[in-house]
Amino acid sequence: MDALVTYALRLGDDSLVLGQRLSEWCGHAPALEIDLSLANVALDQIGQATHFLALAGALESKGRDADQLAFRRDVMDFTNCLLVEQPNGDFAQTIARQFLFAQYQTLLFAEMARVKDERFAAIAAKALKEVSYHATLASDWVVRLGDGTEESKARMIAGLDWMWRFADELFLMDDVDVAAINAGAGVDKAALTAAWDSRVDAVLVEARLERPPARRAIVGGRSGRHSEHLGHMLSEMQFLQRAYPDAEW
Amino acid sequence: MYTTDLSGKKKAEAVAEDPAKLAAFEARVAADDFIEPKDWMPEAYRKTLIRQISQHAHSEIVGMLPEGNWITRAPNLRRKAILLAKVQDEGGHGLYLYAAAETLGVTRDEMTEALLSGKAKYSTIFNYPTLTWADIGAIGWLVDGAAIMNQVPLQRTSYGPYARAMVRICKEESFHQRQGYEIMMRLASGTAAQKRMAQDALDRWWWPSLMMFGPPDDKSPNTEQSMRWRIKRDTNDELRQKFVDISVPQAEAIGLKVPDPALKWNETRGAYDFGAVDWEEFYSVVKGEGPVAKERMQARQKAWEDGAWVREAARVHAEKRAAAKLAAE
Repeated sequence: MDALVTYALRLGDDSLVLGQRLSEWCGHAPALEIDLSLANVALDQIGQATHFLALAGALESKGRDADQLAFRRDVMDFTNCLLVEQPNGDFAQTIARQFLFAQYQTLLFAEMARVKDERFAAIAAKALKEVSYHATLASDWVVRLGDGTEESKARMIAGLDWMWRFADELFLMDDVDVAAINAGAGVDKAALTAAWDSRVDAVLVEARLERPPARRAIVGGRSGRHSEHLGHMLSEMQFLQRAYPDAEW
Repeated sequence: MYTTDLSGKKKAEAVAEDPAKLAAFEARVAADDFIEPKDWMPEAYRKTLIRQISQHAHSEIVGMLPEGNWITRAPNLRRKAILLAKVQDEGGHGLYLYAAAETLGVTRDEMTEALLSGKAKYSTIFNYPTLTWADIGAIGWLVDGAAIMNQVPLQRTSYGPYARAMVRICKEESFHQRQGYEIMMRLASGTAAQKRMAQDALDRWWWPSLMMFGPPDDKSPNTEQSMRWRIKRDTNDELRQKFVDISVPQAEAIGLKVPDPALKWNETRGAYDFGAVDWEEFYSVVKGEGPVAKERMQARQKAWEDGAWVREAARVHAEKRAAAKLAAE
């Protein structure tokens, strides 16, 4: 498969899977205001997914549109990072995932908004405004929960502990990334780690939390090797398209 | 979403009010003046409004559940985004309505406790399950359609904060109604399986939608008082008739059949005659015997209890911040 197609798919899959996860909260959040803000973040992610998957489909030119890519691929063809498919857990676990990922997306899209390929740059420029807000929202909650009660602190630590294993994968570079950079569409993700570390650390300090100890990274999402969680998510998300393959909705 | 008084079995208690103030109040209301939070109002008016607005707010919040049930299974990206935005709108409606009720001297936490303890009611319609994707269409078309019919007159209701909340809510509801009908149109013109799904949803949602307008006028004890106070502007039966007259041709236009053998156009009245609503079912659902009433309350209770530590952390953190700010000054 063409590297740019895969590159766009990865971006689309990250947003789609995270948007799907966040939408599971709708109607069930700890407070009405939180319900509305999580739904906002989910909507932004689904919007980004729609743009990137449509671009992937157009670059592939095999007649697959964003919906076919979202609803008719099986788990081994999904290329999202493992972080976004992690279960919501409690609110602290959801916030931990959102915090780590939004910091990454903010740095990524800030760079991508300046790439030569206008198709990628345009989606990134629009998404950058959205994800900057997501990063602020999640950071504020990390601080509130980390520097709230004993219980919220313990839960925030546990949430970060769950998600931390999957952070390194965000910055992993492979042939697809290199080809995308050479084509004027990609970003050197490895170069984002220092900025990510300093942003994450600053929030953790404010939250009176210690940075979780380094550990062996768990990777595989970019090549279709996922956690057990993704298959269940897809079986739910893709149900109607699978059960009624000839229907239009 | 729901504005019919469900808990008013008995008339509001008579409180001795200052006759001069009461007369001035009644005259303002009769002249279609808006009553504002700081204005004098009779206790019974305040109580009725708190009950009605909080019941309406609770309906928006509980109403997020049946539709939320399909967000993760929406059939394509566009439908998923629209549904998520719609359910989010319902949450926003709940928020402005709670704020409007708070101007009458009740807190959001008190209202929430009343909902969770079962003391406060919410619309009976949300105690029915959403079984297929077509239910999302039927809810938008019929349930939001009925809600709009109830709510449009309330943009001119006598209590200012409620009336203004309704203006904004009605705009969004009319978008919801159109998206629901559009889902039904698509299904009704789709495959045989989709058409079956659409008809089945209409069959299940039609009668509960008619119940949304509340008991028949001769069994609605508070209607007269509420109409005099401009808290309500049309009777339950008038609105129900209007809903039937608008919805039947919409069903016919997309080839669906309204599940009422008695339904017939009445040339003389210029309106549809329709069959009797099963009021026994309605009162059972009001009492909490709806098919998924337990699931709905359980979901709300779970969200509230699971979220307690988050709300507590936010409160404690805000206190720490305030104390630190004070110390720094």
